[in-house]
Amino acid sequence: MHLDRAAGKGQEGLIHQRAISLHFCLWTQQSDTIVVFWWKRGELSYVSAAPGLKKEAGVDYVIEAENVRKTFGEFTAVNGVSFKVKKGESFGLLGPNGAGKTTTIRMIYGFSPMTSGSLKVFGMDIENDWRRIKARIGICQQENSLDPDLSVQQNLEVFARYFDLPNKEAKERTRSLLQFISMEHRKDAKVTELSGGLMRRLVIARALINNPDLMILDEPTTGLDPQSRHQVWERLEELKSRGLTILLTTHYMEEAARLCDRLVIVDHGKILVEGKPPDLVKKHVGREVMEVSEPPAELLQWVQSENLEYENLGHRIIVYCKEGEELFHTISHRFCIGGCDLRLATLEDVFLKLTGRDLRE
Amino acid sequence: MRSSVISGRFIKVWQRNFTVYQKIWKINFIPPLLEPLFYLFAFGTGLGALVGSIVYRGSTVSYIGYIAPALIGINMMYNSFFETTYASFVRMYYQKTFDAMLATPLSIHEIITGEIVWGATKSVFATAIMLLVISFFGIIHYPAALSLLPLAFIGGMAFGSVGMFFTSVMPSIDSFNLPIFLFITPMFLFSGTFFPLENLPMWAQKVAFVFPLTHLVKMTRALSLGYVETGLLLDLVYLLIFSAIFFPLALHRMRKRLIK
Repeated sequence: MHLDRAAGKGQEGLIHQRAISLHFCLWTQQSDTIVVFWWKRGELSYVSAAPGLKKEAGVDYVIEAENVRKTFGEFTAVNGVSFKVKKGESFGLLGPNGAGKTTTIRMIYGFSPMTSGSLKVFGMDIENDWRRIKARIGICQQENSLDPDLSVQQNLEVFARYFDLPNKEAKERTRSLLQFISMEHRKDAKVTELSGGLMRRLVIARALINNPDLMILDEPTTGLDPQSRHQVWERLEELKSRGLTILLTTHYMEEAARLCDRLVIVDHGKILVEGKPPDLVKKHVGREVMEVSEPPAELLQWVQSENLEYENLGHRIIVYCKEGEELFHTISHRFCIGGCDLRLATLEDVFLKLTGRDLRE
Repeated sequence: MRSSVISGRFIKVWQRNFTVYQKIWKINFIPPLLEPLFYLFAFGTGLGALVGSIVYRGSTVSYIGYIAPALIGINMMYNSFFETTYASFVRMYYQKTFDAMLATPLSIHEIITGEIVWGATKSVFATAIMLLVISFFGIIHYPAALSLLPLAFIGGMAFGSVGMFFTSVMPSIDSFNLPIFLFITPMFLFSGTFFPLENLPMWAQKVAFVFPLTHLVKMTRALSLGYVETGLLLDLVYLLIFSAIFFPLALHRMRKRLIK
């Protein structure tokens, strides 16, 4: 089906109807997504597509960063970072504190000018088209920037004004977003009365007020309790399933593995690796990881002689294994005195392997 | 990045502050309502009994009649200056309001312009309330005194701009004590507010001439007492020049402070 032709309004809907020559056909457009329903031989079918972006800018990428650098005096915060984010993709920027994640996204949403490089959002240049770009982005900053002088509802309505939303639409969106974050009953509450989890949900709702095509989240769940964190994840997953493009920074590997289709791990302002979370795990760590606490000296010698990849943490040794079970058998029988665990390799193993175990800052 | 553009969007920032003002309007109304009463009672009744009357432009005026218009001028200064210093600093530094706005299609210059124009607007509101209260004393000459409302806006822009300039350079909120002690307090006392400038030694008169409040009070007094003269235009021009210097300076410094 040539749905990209139906991206316009009105007329094309009719042409489309004729093109498939059905008994009954209906199409609706919601923001970027078009859904076409039809009724044929007693069966209701539908198809949806989001051709808006492609039609508008002639690109597939929402973000194109090329060799982006940012220096603050002597200090280089971002040192030549390049990556692309596709439409509908959920892309993660991972890295320890001070790796340059926040600086990178601040350049993307036009908060801070880059020192050198090229940065395009929606195919537009951030230097010149920042206003049009910003109008289509929703941002959750790391620091709480909710307006404590305003109520929950007013926070959304006032923010809608910054995006030029007409009053009626602002009220309507506020209502539906409060519903989305399950906070209708708290609409008149003061922001300062809210718990950390509720505040974060409100920040997310506020970032959605302009119905953005790209959502940028800077450590969306840092400092939240597990319940609130899962709440936030559920909301973000729902947005993701609606086809929203998401760029997020985090240093929670569980979060990255759950939410990101693709990610980069950055450290000291540079990208170390890029890929899909499972691929990265497979490539850099393997399928399984074995942890042996209080390892005997013989184990270390044996691991070295077998040419296995391992990490020695003193009281604990981590062996990365491609063929886990067999190795586990051997090691647990021959060398294990203390605890000996075989577990699936995670993104956290990749992260620690690549960025090291030293404390930051 | 060309975030230095200013469009009519600054009004959104103004609206945000107006929304908050409406929420706490009762508190906002009390100071301009009571302040003139306090001052007039202390200075007019208490001190006025000693001073008696003052000769102003060849005719005698009661001491209350002399200082009441000056209080209006001082109030114009206070409302805009304190709005763009303490209040703006709190929004910028503690509440991260500007950071949030910078994530929207607003430019930094629009945000700061909205703040300064809001400060000037607050001056107008306060002047209207104060004028109403003082009118009951039968000192104010209408319709000339109605020109105090647009004047409050112009004076508000001047003091709001210089206030925002201080906000852009102050490391912490406590630092505002310095400009208040060195700039606001001397103006409050020596701008021809409570006694005629001519009573000061010549050098002090020259210093006072630089103070924007001197010119503002000169206008509020003349207009309140019904003297509409072309000579006042010079004072107006002084305030406009003062704004023309500090408004762009405040924008420039704030951009430097916030955009990194």
